[in-house]
Amino acid sequence: MVPLSYYLVLSGILFACGVAGFLIKRNIITIFMSIELMLNGVNLSFVAFAAHWKVLAGQIFVFFILVVAAAEAAVGLAIIIAIYRTRETLNVDQVNLLKL
Amino acid sequence: MTQNPYLWLIPVLPLAGAAINGFMGHKSSKKAVTTVALVFPGLAFALALKIALGFSSAAAPYVFDLAHWIRSGTFSVDFAFYVDQLSLVMLLVVTGVGFLIHIYSVGYMADDPSYYRFFSYLNLFMFFMLTLILANNYLMMFVGWEGVGLASYLLIGFWFTKDSAASAGKKAFIVNRIGDFGFLIGLFLIIQHFGSLNFTEVFSKVQPLAVESGGAGLLTAIGILLMVGACGKSAQIPLYVWLPDAMEGPTPVSALIHAATMVTAGVYMVARSHVIFERAPVALTVVAVIGTLTAFFAATIGIAQTDIKKVLAYSTVSQLGYMFMACGAGAFSAGIFHLMTHAFFKGLLFLGAGSVIHAVGGEQDMRKMGGLRSYIPWTALTMGIATLAISGIPPFAGFWSKDEILWKAYQANWVYWIIGLVTAFITSFYMFRLLFMTFAGEYRGAHVDSHGQAHSTHGHDGHGHGDPHESPPVMLVPLVTLALLSTIGGLVAIGNHFEHFLNPVFGSAVQDALETDNHGTELLLMVVSVLVALFGAVLAWVLYVSKPYLPQKIAASLGAFYDTVANKYYVDEIYAKVFVKPLVDASTTILWQGVDRKVIDDTVNNAADGARHVSDEVRHMQSGNLRSYAGWIASGAAIVIAYMIWRGVGQ
Repeated sequence: MVPLSYYLVLSGILFACGVAGFLIKRNIITIFMSIELMLNGVNLSFVAFAAHWKVLAGQIFVFFILVVAAAEAAVGLAIIIAIYRTRETLNVDQVNLLKL
Repeated sequence: MTQNPYLWLIPVLPLAGAAINGFMGHKSSKKAVTTVALVFPGLAFALALKIALGFSSAAAPYVFDLAHWIRSGTFSVDFAFYVDQLSLVMLLVVTGVGFLIHIYSVGYMADDPSYYRFFSYLNLFMFFMLTLILANNYLMMFVGWEGVGLASYLLIGFWFTKDSAASAGKKAFIVNRIGDFGFLIGLFLIIQHFGSLNFTEVFSKVQPLAVESGGAGLLTAIGILLMVGACGKSAQIPLYVWLPDAMEGPTPVSALIHAATMVTAGVYMVARSHVIFERAPVALTVVAVIGTLTAFFAATIGIAQTDIKKVLAYSTVSQLGYMFMACGAGAFSAGIFHLMTHAFFKGLLFLGAGSVIHAVGGEQDMRKMGGLRSYIPWTALTMGIATLAISGIPPFAGFWSKDEILWKAYQANWVYWIIGLVTAFITSFYMFRLLFMTFAGEYRGAHVDSHGQAHSTHGHDGHGHGDPHESPPVMLVPLVTLALLSTIGGLVAIGNHFEHFLNPVFGSAVQDALETDNHGTELLLMVVSVLVALFGAVLAWVLYVSKPYLPQKIAASLGAFYDTVANKYYVDEIYAKVFVKPLVDASTTILWQGVDRKVIDDTVNNAADGARHVSDEVRHMQSGNLRSYAGWIASGAAIVIAYMIWRGVGQ
């Protein structure tokens, strides 16, 4: 059996990769993917704990997060398309005004 | 005590007139303005007459409770009206003389572009004056008191584009504030000690108190403070300085407000508070001394004035002094009697002066008048009657009231009588001087070559046209009416009718008993005062008619003294130096530059500046850059997590 700490370390690495990608990347799609990475890093730690402590709550949380992430992906991608149509760029540094 | 449900209408009618003319006057025709301006005070006068005709001393006082005003614990003040013999006299004088002056103003102000504004103010004045008179408590009286001050301010500064008029208005208002301060403190004392401002309640609580001996009692304090208020409103030493300047207003205003009615409010207030004053001999002495000094002092200034309205203004101050002298001598009814006759003849004198000014095209300097008798005979005749009345020549009104005052003053203290007598002489002298300078001799004003070409247009009435000309009938009717009243108005005093009428208010004074014994003395004093008045008149005739070169010689030989008198004893200059300048300087340097700019302005500005500087720095965090926000979140989260790890979770 793989010890809990392995999962947690992997989860931390995934989360850190997501954060780093979020901070470094300029392409909004990449940033979006980094967010997903962070979410999944968290998911991993949830299921790891759930399995370890034999409590179902963690796994149910993961389902919720998946659902929210899916919804977020739908809305987020729609926004990205709208932004691309008006600004013709996906570089977040050029999308720093709240108004057009 | 009788209910009279129409009482409230008397003040409210002129208010309605003021509102209608004030709000709609600028777009209604002159005829409509005139109608409104005359009908409403006229109705008030009619109502007052109706009350007077149905007045019975047994049923008095007539009261009407309109509404509650202030309820606080046991203290309460109502909008309530109250007519007893005293207020009835005032009511008739104010509505009657006021109505006449309204009629006169129709002619006098006919060419003024702000015709409607004038009548709106004038009606407003009537409203406040009637509130003052009809109030059943000190607070409502105070409202009227302040209101007439406001109306007076508005009307003095009626020609506000003229700098002198604007500042005269301010002066009147500010000087009156000083008096009102005393009045207010007096009211506070009354509230504190008697728990009410209602006349009936206060007086019934004062009644049982003993006469304060040795001074320095509560009633003395209240009396003196009330007198301070009266000094302001009724232009007594030391607060009289505003009244002569108030002559900047249109002449009907001088007649109505600054001679006949408003300035007598102080006398009315002192007479109304007679219960308090009677128990405070020191306060009474203060009233008498101030009145006597003012009467004498103002009269002497009147001798050397050359502006026709200024002479009358100082004369008013002096006559008001007489009224206070009477009140101070405990003869309140004599004071009120003089108030009434003075309203007749001084109102008439001012209206006559207005007619003269109208005739000579705005000129007010008597040195440029003279010989007007043949040009404006009606004005000359009526002013002659008024002069006889104010000088105290029988059987004209002023004789009866002035004599009554001098007699009562004599009984109180012969010093008052002596000064009063000298003042009567001076009064007679300067009034006949005015009369002769204006109407006798040759016309000294600039004649005009062609009709319509004004000789002097510096005056505000500014319609110089041709030779002096008589005023229109609308101005003459009030003159003649007032002349009639000045002639016969004093006859009500025969057999002491007037005094007996007021007795229920003032209480039948001890003097009644004295009177019977002293008829001889009274008659003697009467003869003396008439002789003195005649002497003044003759002296004026000698100096200004038969030997007109003499006055200049006398003035020259008196030198510095004459200059001092002609310059009103430099009182204005002294006040300016002693009170006004330090106040202005202190206000400018300490309050304005120091407190206002340095403290208040700087505090506000520094707070704003500080906020801006801080924001300038802080706003760099809000760059709008998505990744920098994410960085903030990440580092923040990192710090929190680091802290939790360092402290240990869950401990």
